[in-house]
Amino acid sequence: MDENSKLSSFSWMIGGPQGSGINVSAEIFAKALSRAGYYVFGQIEYHSNIKGKHSAYRLRISGEPVHSHVETVHLLSALDEETLVGDLYHEFPAHPGHAHEIAPNGAILYARENQKYIEWIERDDIQFWEMPYAELLEQSLTEMGKPGQARAYRIMNNSMVLGASVGALGFDFEPVAEAIRDSFGRKAGKVAEMNVLCARHACDYAREHFAAKTAYRLPDAPPRREQVMIKGTQAVGIGKLQAGCGIQTYYPISPATDESVYLEENQGDHNLVVLQTEDEVSAIDAAVMAAHGGVRASTSTSGPGFALMPEGLGFAAITEAPGPVVVIYQRGGPSTGLPTRWEQGDLTFALSAGQGDIPRIVIASGDIEESFYDTFDSFNYADRYQLPVLLLVDKHLSSSYQTLPVFDTSRLVIDRGPVFDPSANGHGEFFRHAFTPNGVSPRSVPGQPGGVFWTTTDEHDPRGHITESIANRLAMMDKRMGKLTLAAREIPAEKKFRLVGKAGTPVLALGWGSTKGAIVDALRRMDPEGNTYSFLQIRVMRPFPAEEVRPILERADKVVCFDGNYSEQLARLVQSETGFQPHHRVVKYDGRPFSEDEIVTALEAAVSGGSERMVVTGGRIVGPEFAMVEFDRMVELRRKHAKMLPPMVPLPPGYNR
Amino acid sequence: MSTATDLKAFTPQDYKADIHNDWCPGCGDFGILSAIQMSLAKLQIPPYRTAVVSGIGCSGKTPHYMNTYAFHTLHGRVMPSVTGLKLANHELTVIGVGGDGDGYGIGAGHFVSGGRRNLDITYIVFNNDVYALTKGQASPTIGKGQKTKSMSDESIMEPINPVLLGLACGYTFVARGYALDTKYLVELITQGIRHRGTALIDVLQTCPTYNDLHSKSWYAEQVEGQPRLYKLEDTGYDPLVHDPADPAEVTQKKAQALLRSQDPSGRIALGVYYKLEVPTYEDFLKEKIPALESKPLVDLDIYHRDITPNLQKLM
Repeated sequence: MDENSKLSSFSWMIGGPQGSGINVSAEIFAKALSRAGYYVFGQIEYHSNIKGKHSAYRLRISGEPVHSHVETVHLLSALDEETLVGDLYHEFPAHPGHAHEIAPNGAILYARENQKYIEWIERDDIQFWEMPYAELLEQSLTEMGKPGQARAYRIMNNSMVLGASVGALGFDFEPVAEAIRDSFGRKAGKVAEMNVLCARHACDYAREHFAAKTAYRLPDAPPRREQVMIKGTQAVGIGKLQAGCGIQTYYPISPATDESVYLEENQGDHNLVVLQTEDEVSAIDAAVMAAHGGVRASTSTSGPGFALMPEGLGFAAITEAPGPVVVIYQRGGPSTGLPTRWEQGDLTFALSAGQGDIPRIVIASGDIEESFYDTFDSFNYADRYQLPVLLLVDKHLSSSYQTLPVFDTSRLVIDRGPVFDPSANGHGEFFRHAFTPNGVSPRSVPGQPGGVFWTTTDEHDPRGHITESIANRLAMMDKRMGKLTLAAREIPAEKKFRLVGKAGTPVLALGWGSTKGAIVDALRRMDPEGNTYSFLQIRVMRPFPAEEVRPILERADKVVCFDGNYSEQLARLVQSETGFQPHHRVVKYDGRPFSEDEIVTALEAAVSGGSERMVVTGGRIVGPEFAMVEFDRMVELRRKHAKMLPPMVPLPPGYNR
Repeated sequence: MSTATDLKAFTPQDYKADIHNDWCPGCGDFGILSAIQMSLAKLQIPPYRTAVVSGIGCSGKTPHYMNTYAFHTLHGRVMPSVTGLKLANHELTVIGVGGDGDGYGIGAGHFVSGGRRNLDITYIVFNNDVYALTKGQASPTIGKGQKTKSMSDESIMEPINPVLLGLACGYTFVARGYALDTKYLVELITQGIRHRGTALIDVLQTCPTYNDLHSKSWYAEQVEGQPRLYKLEDTGYDPLVHDPADPAEVTQKKAQALLRSQDPSGRIALGVYYKLEVPTYEDFLKEKIPALESKPLVDLDIYHRDITPNLQKLM
């Protein structure tokens, strides 16, 4: 292979049934690559299911920073037949497998026993690399003194599948072995070594048989540097630790739970209480009262959980609690919808949830790195303006796994906002909802002498007692809503929106949330000089930076807005706030995040006069007939082949069924 | 010569807010409010160390009449609210107050978890069988076949037995009081505040405006030649589980509470039905977060947290 086969970024995928450990394998590989200096972006798709349904994990491995996935796969490592040929056991199949995603001359590593399915794959432009996993497992077990027990140890298949990829790619095995050991922890020494041995044999076999045949090679590793391999749920969790969050409340829900579980593991080290409540109503109300109690408080949920929280938002707002911070991990809706899939469907809901006029700050993080800093800032806003702060993230941002520079905490300063000072108060009376020039009243903390206050969810006077007076009502509404004006004035422009690229390019991509990564990568691919395209990312949705972004929008010849929802929620928000209607609206509501390719395709279509509304899926712009044609094709695929049995997920050795 | 009583720093007056009270004349709530204020004075808990947290309804206005930290929250959300506040500062004396519809109806899910959690708080339910502030609809405690003058038709649902529900949910102190017997209610609330764990005090409360069935005179009636209301302690009843590690005794004490709480004769027992002394939620939390042994959460330092170890694990 010549140097030309080296890619700027390499796309690897591992697929298999849930519960078989493909995510563990992918993350071990990612960590080894990160330690070797590579930039990695990992993206997982999985079902709302514990064991058996199909899952696929992509790693994009690059010599320069990378923020998204692509549609094509250069090397696919398949744990099972379903990864090869698709779901053939549901009446209406869930997916067609991944063979169609392989780049020309790319390769599939598959198990020898799945040979017959290879014949079903109607492609003659890719390579099929057969692995004798059963024999390699037996060989490894024999060396470990456990001959004849291969059936019991099939759970180690995932390590072999990982090893095979490492060998075929010509990557060093030792860093992978080290990452396997790390992943199992120090206690599981023997189990870890068994997995290392299996992976090593698969690696050696693949290196010997396939490494020379590969059409695509990893890019050269950049110089090693200090970096972390991190997920969105971890970045938000660490952001909360850094911000001094004292209590996290939650009710389990995908895909938000991982953040709370992460914080639970850190309770003792950072003096943070994690409270698992009976429902999301309780989660937000307990957080509101903890905030009143003087502790920085937060809760994390997803759309269905947030649907139970509007009552609590009003509670926080009218009682002027300093928080909570509510992190919303959006997923496919409506209702239970697609519990483990991506959508940006809750923007409008987050802005409007609750009865009456509720002052709230709504922030949307664009990537994992931003989510750390946004989380930190959210707590400062909550204290400074005494209102609920909603942080919108989503399934893609939360479960993606990315190399990032170590967070810079040197400029992060905790700001608890105005607090009651008894010594400065003289003999004056303390009014918790006092009218002040900027609308924010100093707060006391229950337990503090001299700070006794009343507050209520009824409209109230400055002391906190119920009143239905017209004058008081007007003054209190103006006070509460005016805090948003104050926030709009104080939050720096660079936190409200971000312009990526040069100002004044003819084409402006407009987007929000985790679509950012795909847009940034697409622009770099299409326009390295940056003369044609730039990207406007909206980061603060309320207070919306209308005056700041309107001139940017108006200056471009074409504005192309990207929304991960059916109803063009960002485009509508921009129009209602600025009066500017984006020329093209690109929407994606298939439950999967935008890929770099989809952004490129849509931008090219927009420039060459595409339609005002474009629907994208699977890397293409599709017409209204697409869904039914594809649906029929999938049903036909199932009809063509005999019904397949669902995959069997191996159980750990010694497990008594 | 002055006695210890004369030297008390706080009197019931110190817990009274200077504000007009808009409950109906003759409302049973007045008795409960006074009992709370007298109990706090009896225990000499400084007003600024106390928080009273309510739901919505007539009882929801209670915090406004207290000169303590006072939170008038949402309908049915007393338990989540006291939970958040108590976790923020476990040194506060936190008293939850709410109606029967608030606690046993819309807040029933929270009521269940509150019992399981067993924070060191006191929860007083103003139980008058009706949703009074919305003009007297049936509440979860109204009997099947009963109809107050405010209801258009009789209830066709079984009522909740708060004592039984409390026992089932794991409340470690379950008592029943009567709003118009303030003196005895002070005893119960004082014991409830002293109890380490969540104390549920269901208070039978008259609503002279809407509940004509269970009025002051009804409670004063004789049943089979004896007063309708009587005190458990006058019958030699022992609510305390002497050996919390003995599951047989726990079950036996719950069983006797169940039998007394729905006396077929129609008489109603007041007093402490059940008391179990076990570690609280805060005790277990201190095992997870040792720093809480020395200070409440609100006073722990947040300015010097070091996330370096968290980041190193990700390298």
